Amino acid sequence: MTTIASIFTEPYWSPYAVGIGIGILSWLSFLISGKPIATSTSFAQTGGMIENIITGGKADKRPYYKKIKLKINWQWMLVVGVVLGSFLSAIISGDFQVGVWVPSLWASAFGDSALLRVFVAVVGGVILGFGARFGDGCTSGHGISGTLQLAVSSWVSAILFFIGGIITAHVIYFVIA
Amino acid sequence: METKKQGSKTRQEEDRRPLFFGLGFGILFGFLLHKGGATKYDVIVGQLLLTDYTVLKIMLSAIVTGMIGIYLMKSMGWIKLSIKSGSVGKNVIGGLIFGVGFAVLGYCPGTIAGAIGNGYLDAIVGGLAGILLGTWIFAVIYPKLKDGILKKGDFGDITFPRLFKVNDWVVVVPAAVLIILILVWLERAGF
Repeated sequence: MTTIASIFTEPYWSPYAVGIGIGILSWLSFLISGKPIATSTSFAQTGGMIENIITGGKADKRPYYKKIKLKINWQWMLVVGVVLGSFLSAIISGDFQVGVWVPSLWASAFGDSALLRVFVAVVGGVILGFGARFGDGCTSGHGISGTLQLAVSSWVSAILFFIGGIITAHVIYFVIA
Repeated sequence: METKKQGSKTRQEEDRRPLFFGLGFGILFGFLLHKGGATKYDVIVGQLLLTDYTVLKIMLSAIVTGMIGIYLMKSMGWIKLSIKSGSVGKNVIGGLIFGVGFAVLGYCPGTIAGAIGNGYLDAIVGGLAGILLGTWIFAVIYPKLKDGILKKGDFGDITFPRLFKVNDWVVVVPAAVLIILILVWLERAGF
């Protein structure tokens, strides 16, 4: 039987319910905080903060970090919130993963070596992080928040995310594998 | 005028409320991403392999919902848009690099935060470290890029209604209809 509580303990919702929910969240984010939902700048700020800790403030001198400002702000807290929100949903729906290093799709093509998967994830992360800053946005900032405002820069970016992603995924799974 | 005044006032007082709102919006966003399955490598890479259309369905329904509401609130004068300025060099090359990383990692910056919350260790140990390193490499070479490739083919912070020099709704309504038709077609085709 579906009750209010069981909706929240359900591991999956319809993608349309989720999408409409994110759309409504974007209204509230604009209305209350005056900002679009975005995430990738926070990773760059974190990278700069780590450099500051290691080198004793060297990152503060870099022009890019002066531009984005190395401090914990609204968006940085939003990213922390995403971790917590996903954790909450996973826990209450019994979907929290313990000890999973290798996604099953990856394992089906490349085996279950955790070392290989982590190595590839680091490489992919470097490319992704670099690309997100080069293109000034990610799947949230450009792909959802920018496109819904009908920004030209965001539609160009979002389309190229998928062109690059679709080609690369096919190379990985049909050429390399 | 009034909003400007309020803005400078809150800055002086070092208002911490935005941090709590950010956290709250993030919790809701992360909750939704997990419920949609978008915190999982298999779902994201399944989209890029064109075998699982969950990600596209989430994004398109978020875009159509968000767009109508945002443009309604804009026409009421409640909100101002926040448009990123763009260029061919920045968005085309940056977008392609991002796309390659998206497929190799199998998460993006928002969904990796979700994947971390979901417990995936390849996201926590591998992907997060990689993304931080990648953004740092960009920060290091940024002075060499900022007046060159990133400015190539600059088109500024323009929207489609401004590009076509038409009323917002002349773009919003057909865009909404088109997105809904794509979604209906995806369902009919059995994706």
